[in-house]
Amino acid sequence: MSERLPPVIVGAGPAGIRAAERLVRAGLRPIVLDEGQRAGGQIYRRPLIEDGRSYRSRYGSEADKAQRLHRAFEALLPDIDYRPETLVWNISAPERGNQLDVLSSGAHRQIGFSQLILCTGATDRVLPFPGWTTPGVYTLGASQTALKAQGCTIGDRVVFMGSGPLLYLVAWQYMKAGARVEAVLDTAPVTSKRHLLSLAVHAPRIVALGLFYGLQLQLAGVKIRYGVRPEAVLGGSQVEGLRYRRRKLRGEAVETIACDALAYGFALRPETQLADLAGCRFRFDARDRVWLPERDAFGRTSRSDVYVAGDGSGIAGADAAEVSGELAAAALLEDTGRASADAAGLVTAREAILRQRDILGRAFPFPDDWFETVPDETTLCRCEEITVAEGRRAIASGSITEINRLKALSRVGMGRCQGRMCSAAATELLSGACGTSTGEVGRLRAQAPVKPIPLGFGGRVEAEVRS
Amino acid sequence: MTMHAQFRRRYRLDETPVPFTLNGMAETGLRGDTVLTAILSVSGRLRQSEFSGEDRAGFCLIGACQDCYVMLANGSRIRACSTALEPGMTFITDMRAAAKAAHE
Repeated sequence: MSERLPPVIVGAGPAGIRAAERLVRAGLRPIVLDEGQRAGGQIYRRPLIEDGRSYRSRYGSEADKAQRLHRAFEALLPDIDYRPETLVWNISAPERGNQLDVLSSGAHRQIGFSQLILCTGATDRVLPFPGWTTPGVYTLGASQTALKAQGCTIGDRVVFMGSGPLLYLVAWQYMKAGARVEAVLDTAPVTSKRHLLSLAVHAPRIVALGLFYGLQLQLAGVKIRYGVRPEAVLGGSQVEGLRYRRRKLRGEAVETIACDALAYGFALRPETQLADLAGCRFRFDARDRVWLPERDAFGRTSRSDVYVAGDGSGIAGADAAEVSGELAAAALLEDTGRASADAAGLVTAREAILRQRDILGRAFPFPDDWFETVPDETTLCRCEEITVAEGRRAIASGSITEINRLKALSRVGMGRCQGRMCSAAATELLSGACGTSTGEVGRLRAQAPVKPIPLGFGGRVEAEVRS
Repeated sequence: MTMHAQFRRRYRLDETPVPFTLNGMAETGLRGDTVLTAILSVSGRLRQSEFSGEDRAGFCLIGACQDCYVMLANGSRIRACSTALEPGMTFITDMRAAAKAAHE
């Protein structure tokens, strides 16, 4: 090819921003594509307009990091080609040239790239239970986004449920914002928290913060329960409460709590669709029960011109995302003969965080017995309202053992969200029914467009050739 | 059962009002609102499922679940969590009432 194409970074969260920074330092001018209106990603998401809150008020203990990252990005603006509100919905097959199909301000475009750094982030990992589609039920991340970016709480009297460090953090943030936190329902058994002791050796700050949130909630009289499994959301057209079981020393107890909103989630699941469309090889990650693009310590994938960084390459949190973004850019610079990677310190830093995440995963385990008690009539796919019974029936009638077969037969994963909200559930349901491990049922293949795009109207397609 | 506002505003309360129309009624949001925030600050629903007809009010708020599509008066749909509110926007979140009104 005669034209010189720039490297393209997808995502302007902590990974994408640090990757861009490293490329700019080496004299490159990357294109940075981001779906958001403003850079920062979901973790350091900014409001549409300033709302008078300080960084401390909005981002709490992570205020300094948020501010540093936002400032770093603003300093980069003259040296990058930044395109907010831009969705990358397809990647052409390599033999057809390195092209991204993007949608930006209603116009379709194709953007060529020399190399690609995918910093696509993550979404909440959720599981279905009776009533999870009721208005007033949100993901944990959604409850935090409402507060952080819009200055709203998802209700007045809120219950928080699930497993993961975010559970206690958001509950505490809601309490500080003036909402009434009715309960924190941890799906993990209280015994899992013993792992926090070993985490305290490696990451005392994380543990201290967690203990602080938990203690403040308890001092305020917030009910905290462990070993919880939800039975049903109460209320018809809006949330009125939650019925749940909890493990006790002897047996179980069924309890009901009134609330007008529920936030729940089980840590995060990575956004890997673009790596899939790029043809990157995947491997199964047993800890997070999910398929991830194969990567080396720097973020090189099986494809020599595609790199991955941040939570989209494996859930490791915002600090690791910053490090891994810089690592991917360093690898790109080395691979293209521009600079030696010289990043041993970053590799070590990332590995230290990954070790902490392993322990954190044990303290906030995934509820792997979930489907043993989920009733048949529960909605499995919220896009097309396919029930757990329909999923179970398809598995039984087709003797299905593979996730893409289940999708073809039941349509689970075929709806507008492309499996983002149901793939974890479908995988657990299928592996449970087959009596196999989660990894053995295969990987739900990504399909373009990775998110819904308006077709047919306006239809302007602009190819970009850069000199 | 009457529907109550799902969201509760905590900050940005003194912002400039932004008028919009919801199912034929004049409502007011605030500058800096997404469409989702504006509607759920006065109502408890964004859409009705095209399968069961059940109410929905969004879920993930970060553009992943695709469960917050709201119908505009011209029949087009926008994703409420990632669209900024603009003055004069007209939303239909109650399809049954809209269909009934069209028949009368």
